[in-house]
Formats: sequence, structure tokens, C-alpha cells
Amino acid sequence: MKKLIAAAALGLSLSVSFAMAETVKVGMITTTSGGGAGLGIDVRDGFLLAVKNAGADIEVIVEDDAQKPEIAVQLADKMIQSDQVDLLTGIIWSNLAMAVVPSVTAQGKIYISPNAGPSPLAGAQCNENYFNVAWQNDNLHEAMGAYANDAGYKNTFIMAPNYPAGTDALNGFKRFYKGELAGEVYTQLGQTDYAAEIAQIRAAGADSLFFFLPGGMGIAFMKQYAQSDVGVPAMGPAFSFSQDILGAVGDAALGVKNSSQWNKDIDNAANKQFVETFQAEYGRLPSLYASQGYDAANLIISAMGKADVHDTDAFRAALKEADFDSVRGDFKFGNNNHPIQDIYVREVVKEGDVITNKIIATAFEDHQDAYAAECGM
Amino acid sequence: MQTALIIEQLLNGLQFGVMLFLMAAGLTLIFGVMGLINLAHGSLYMVGAFACAAVAAWTGSFWLGLIASLAAAAAAGAIVELVVIRRLYDRDHLDQVLATFALILIFSEGTRWVFGSFPLYLDIPALLSGTVPLPGGSRYQLYRLAIIGVGVAVAVGLFLLISKTRLGMRIRAGESDREMIGALGVDVATLYTLVFALGAALAGLAGAMVGAIQSVQVGMGEPVLILAFVVIVIGGIGSIRGALIGAILVGVTDTMGRFLLPQTLMLFMPPSQAAMIGGAIASMLIYLLMAVVLALKPRGLFPAQG
Repeated sequence: MKKLIAAAALGLSLSVSFAMAETVKVGMITTTSGGGAGLGIDVRDGFLLAVKNAGADIEVIVEDDAQKPEIAVQLADKMIQSDQVDLLTGIIWSNLAMAVVPSVTAQGKIYISPNAGPSPLAGAQCNENYFNVAWQNDNLHEAMGAYANDAGYKNTFIMAPNYPAGTDALNGFKRFYKGELAGEVYTQLGQTDYAAEIAQIRAAGADSLFFFLPGGMGIAFMKQYAQSDVGVPAMGPAFSFSQDILGAVGDAALGVKNSSQWNKDIDNAANKQFVETFQAEYGRLPSLYASQGYDAANLIISAMGKADVHDTDAFRAALKEADFDSVRGDFKFGNNNHPIQDIYVREVVKEGDVITNKIIATAFEDHQDAYAAECGM
Repeated sequence: MQTALIIEQLLNGLQFGVMLFLMAAGLTLIFGVMGLINLAHGSLYMVGAFACAAVAAWTGSFWLGLIASLAAAAAAGAIVELVVIRRLYDRDHLDQVLATFALILIFSEGTRWVFGSFPLYLDIPALLSGTVPLPGGSRYQLYRLAIIGVGVAVAVGLFLLISKTRLGMRIRAGESDREMIGALGVDVATLYTLVFALGAALAGLAGAMVGAIQSVQVGMGEPVLILAFVVIVIGGIGSIRGALIGAILVGVTDTMGRFLLPQTLMLFMPPSQAAMIGGAIASMLIYLLMAVVLALKPRGLFPAQG
């Protein structure tokens, strides 16, 4: 009997080490050109850094989707059929995620989102093969809605681009915000001139402005807004004030409040190592996108230690455990494979010559998205 | 308050139109004189913006940056003309599109290689920061007024250049019959390089001025390029006057559409729906305008002769 157990244990350990020895092929479809390139490059660099820090046996194939849904769909087909990747990840934009993820998961491939978290994929269209390691789109905006109440704002003007994450953003804000809306505007995705919107904000008599404009859109808007002397305090999710755009916005962003699930001053060993090695490797401060790419890779690495990637059921179960040290601290998956996590309020500050963010409050603890109940899992 | 808002939006539309004119003028000049479709015009816009941002960061002066943007874009234009474009005049438009599209990729990747993928910082000069009061109690950004001023000055300058100077005479002659002016002893090759560099410099100027209020990043030229093509199609390909009228039409239509459509729809549907549907229709409006103009005047509002 004892022999049998020893043999079984030996066999088990052999099979585990065999599982760990096999290279995992990850297909990363992300945006590395155009106005959204800063986001994709940060996700990619964060991901590759985690692979390097862990010395993990992962082969990453990175392709640029140029922020276009049709290119992302083609890349996904190519990666599954000709590159034969084991997992997919990388998409930044929700409209691209909506085009790619449902067909990828339907083919039995696991997709791990390092950024986009459109509401349908968290609710009615949730899938056991889809994991989101960043947030559901609404989350950070919900935190700002709650913050607006605390700050005593009663008449907020809200604005976002017209695409899935934009509608999720404004819905998320409105879910927690209790005051009146001075106006609600949807801009074009990729828009660079906001003079028409700024004129409306000025005329609306608002006491505050909430806007969601990631990447180059945020830079353009924040500069124009500051130059126009509107005098209405602005706030937004971290995407409007992330590290990749603060340098280009300049002093115009100082003092602005924004919400994030991560910041470089969160005090834990994993985050410390992440921020230090990221700066050493790339010579710049990481943004929240980089932290999400880093966590996505560490999630995959944690699952690789527990299961063989070719045994999809076992690997999926290992991913669901989320047994890794997230740079944001506490992290676990809800029933719909979306995070349950803390969300903070940050302020844009100047540290020496560098403009960056500092956590000033906790908006939510162990916050889950509003769509989890609609998911049948 | 409502009239003040409308005045401000009209100014916004005018400013947007003037910026489009700077792009479209070069594009239409190059097409009119050389019969060349230059997709890389947006890249020259980007070159101008990056040159301005880099020189402004290095010297601390926006004005030196502005001069650098003109010089860099004109130089890039001249080099591109000498090395690539020169071989394409006699070729099919499809070959020109292919070659200039390749230039977009080369410029974008080259810029990314030199400056990296993250946007550069470029602020408006202190002299032009701040706002001025408008009738009706609103305020308008001084820098945007300056853009309108520069655009009008460029339009007047181009008009004088083309109608009053010897160079302008040659440009007009080149538009009508390039073989004949060659036979008359005009150095056509140099004339083409000059026109191309002039168009490039205007694009670079637009890029630098706009870079200060938007973000200076790789790929910033392509969205503007599409609008500039809409402008020259509406205005009539090859016509500077058409480019000016077309640019202002597109600028005002786009701005007023973005502002008025959601407000109108709000009268009979819930605000968030009105905002979304209005915003979506507003983004199509200039293309509808183009379709209507093409249906009524297939060669544009002011077709060039020939």
C-alpha cells in the first residue's frame, strides 16, 4: 500500500514537473501603433517583464491590431490556426474585445483580458474561457460616482467616447452618483479637438466635470480644457490620468482626482518589485496598464505551476484560483471571472520633476461589478 | 447665454476649418499641379508637430519650434519629392497611392524609432495663453483666435502668390499644360519640388499649431488627412479657393453638428440616448455633406479648369 502511494506521488510529481517544463505559447493582440499605442505598449512591457522576472517558460507572440476590430479578428484567427497558441491576451479596446473574445472562447481557447472589460462579457455573455484580470469597465467610474457624492458635487457634466467602454463608463458613474447631471456628451472615438464640447461644458453651469478619455484623447482634452479657463473642477477614472499621458499633459493635470485599482505606492512586496524592475528595464514609471499586463502574466504563470495548459479544464480551474501575488494586493475572481478588488481615489501630484499619482483614499473595498448576477456561471 | 454659446461654436468651427485648409491647400496644390495623390501628406503634418515639440523642448521657445516645423516639413517634402515622388508623375494613380502609403508607414515607424511611442509634450506659448471675452459673456481661447488669424493670412498669401507672382503664374501654367511650359523653357522639375515643399511646409505648420492644443504622437496625421481629402473633394480638386470654402464648410458643419444634433434629439428622447445617437449621426454629417455636394456638383464646388 505504502509503495503504491509512493509510486503515485512520484508519478504525480513527475507529471507536474512535466507540465511545468512545457513551453506555453501566448498570443498577444494589442495596440502598438497610432494614438492608443501607449496603452498597448505598457501592457506588453508589463507582461514581458513578469515573464522575465519569473524566468517562466512562456513564448509570447505580439501582434499590433492598430486599434481596428477587423485586424484584431484576423490576428486572432491567425494566432489560433497557424501559430497554434495556447492562450490569448492583450486587447486594449472594448470594441475590439467584443469582436474577438466571443469567437475565441467559442473555439475552446482561453482568453485573459489585461484591459478591456465590456459589460456584456461580464453579464449575459460571460464565458468560462474568458478571464478579466483588470476590471469590469464600469468599476473605476463607479468609484468616481461615489467620490463625487463625497466631494459634495451636485451638478456634474459627464463625457465619454461613443464606444462600448464609453457607455459603460457613464453608466458606471451614474450608478453611484446621486446628484443632477448638467449634461451628458458622447464624443467620437479617437477625436482630438474638444472645442465644441468645452464650449458646452462652459455653458452648462456645472459644478464639476467627469470625463473618460483614454490615451491621446485624454491628453488633447486636458490640455485644451486647461487652456480654456473653464474653472470647473475635472475628475475621471485612472485612464484619463494614467502615467503614459501625464507627461504630455503637463501641469494642467495637477490636483485632479481619479480612481484606480492600482498605483505605484500600494505597499506590498510584489508591487515594489514590479515598480523597481519596470523602471530599471524600461527607464520610465509604469502605468496601470503595465500593472495589468504584469498581473495577467503572473496569473498565467501561477496556473502553469498547477496544471498542463493542454488540459483546458484543469488549467481553467487553476486560473480561477488566482493564486498569484497581484501588485494591487487582494485579488480574486467572482463567479463571472471578473475581479473582486479594492478601488482607490488618487490625486495627480508632482514628485520632483515627474508628474504622477498618489493614493488619497479608498473608494471601495472588495468591489464586484454590477453584471455578475446576470452571468449564469 | 445660448447666443454666446452659438458664437463660440461658430468660432470653433471656423478654427477647425482653417486648420483643415492648411492641410487641404497643400494637398490640392500638389494634386492640381502635378496630378499626384499624396497620402503621405498627413505624415508631413506629423513631422511638423514633432519638429516643433522637439525644438521647443530643447530651446524652451515655441516660436523657434514653429520655424523648425516649417523648415523640417519643407525639407522632408523636398527630399520625398526628389527621392520617391519624382518617379511617379507618369505612373497610374494606383501606383502613387501605393508608394505614398508606403511613405506613411516609413514616416510613422521612423518617428516611433526616433521619439518612441509615447506622446510628446508641447504647450502653447505664454504670449497666446489665456482667453478673451466674447460678446454675450462667454470667453474664447486666444490661441484658437491666433490659429484663425494664421489661416486667413496663409489664404491671402497663397492667393497673392498664385495670382500675382511669376511663380504663381508658372504654377497655374503647370496646372493647365505641363508639357507646354516645359517646352517654353521653365524648369518643371524644380517647380514641382518647390510646390511640393510649399505644400509640405503648410502641412507642417498646421501640425505644429495643432500639436500645441492636441497631442503630438505617431499617427496623428491620418485622421486629418481623411478630412482634408473630404475638403478637397467638396471644394473641387486642384482649387485653392475650393479648399478654403470646403474647409470652412466641413469645419462648421462638423462642429455645429456635434453641438446641435444631440440637443435637438433631446427634445423627443431621453438625454443619454439622444447624446449617443446624436453623436453618432454628427460623425457622419460631413460625409453626408460630401455626398450631397457630389450629387449636385460632381466635380466639387469650384472645379479647377482643365
